[in-house]
Amino acid sequence: MATIHPKLSDELSQTVVSSTKSVKIKIKRSNPNVNSEQKFDDFVVPIEKWTTVLDVLLDVKSHLDHSVGVRYSCRQASCGSCGMKINGKPGLACFTKISELDSDTVTVEPMDNYPVVRDLAVNMDRMINNHKKVMPYVIREDSEIDAESGIREFLQSPENVDKYIQFSSCIKCGLCNSACPTMAMDKSFVGPQALAQAYRYIADDRDKGKNKRLKIIDESHGIWRCHFAGSCSQVCPKGVDPAMGIQLLRGYLLGIRD
Amino acid sequence: MERETGAREGLKGWLHPGKIGKFGIERLAWLLMRLTGLGLLAYFIGHIYETSHILDGKAVWDKSLEMTQTTEGHLFLALVIGMCVFHTGNGIRLMIAQMGYGIGKAERPDYPYKPQSINMKGKACIYATLGMAALAMWYGMAVMFA
Repeated sequence: MATIHPKLSDELSQTVVSSTKSVKIKIKRSNPNVNSEQKFDDFVVPIEKWTTVLDVLLDVKSHLDHSVGVRYSCRQASCGSCGMKINGKPGLACFTKISELDSDTVTVEPMDNYPVVRDLAVNMDRMINNHKKVMPYVIREDSEIDAESGIREFLQSPENVDKYIQFSSCIKCGLCNSACPTMAMDKSFVGPQALAQAYRYIADDRDKGKNKRLKIIDESHGIWRCHFAGSCSQVCPKGVDPAMGIQLLRGYLLGIRD
Repeated sequence: MERETGAREGLKGWLHPGKIGKFGIERLAWLLMRLTGLGLLAYFIGHIYETSHILDGKAVWDKSLEMTQTTEGHLFLALVIGMCVFHTGNGIRLMIAQMGYGIGKAERPDYPYKPQSINMKGKACIYATLGMAALAMWYGMAVMFA
């Protein structure tokens, strides 16, 4: 057995690993609240074939540099917290194995098109605000629970569920907005995440808020700014396919879809 | 409150060649659509300016026409032909896609989650449009340099 990280302090250098392979990880460091300096710090970390980018980052945090700023939570591609740019492409750190990157060096940077909080953590307020803007909930005048007639449900056929279930898998990780070339230039663009969610609720036959939502997205920085580069769908870790949702959503505004 | 560092990529988000490598032919089509659109707009303005010389008499008009009768002028016009064909062909593809055709059908996604909207039909259309643009440029040059 061998000890790793020879430059560690005595306290931290006790980790013992069986791995014979290692990866060099380059982490983009910045703290805009202090100064505008940006740099890459390199670390060499042992890996196994199942090691993810998040595992490597947590290894760095535990043993090499406590100060690396990274946001994470569930470690299983469910919370959408650990979005970052991995070797130049947006991805979830917990959902990207080092082995599938096919590279001895992995570069991690904060997601594009978001303000950096520190290192790899970005501020997602704008995406969340746009998400709220499209009213991501079922809108109805009547209640699902009716006091007079008792509890009842809004029944829905499996065919109708299939129309939107794909889009309800969104975990708000923000990778789609990071990959979108329109987001790169237009700070007011509502973004693929919110547009896909607008489609999710409009396509839900329990919902009666279609006209309200269409009015919100049918504006100068709304749906018409999407030019179908498809990058949002290519990076989505949950198969939401926002590009498809946006094109289907256009059908309502063009009068092709009811 | 953090500053807006890294808030937007700006033009790098459009033009960085690595983006095309990472995001594929659809991203190249998106970039070419923008560049050809801007190029055709610039050509249109230049064309209006050039043809306005007809009001200044035959001598001035003939002189302005000579600008495109050079090797550089022919290459420029060939580029305009290519931009025009690509922008039209890709524009038709986009209009069809934006009406909801050829982008697949919403359904329950299964791992490994291949996006349906990014499919071979779309890729084939992009390659065909690029091919048509190249063919039109070649034909235009064959006529102009004959």
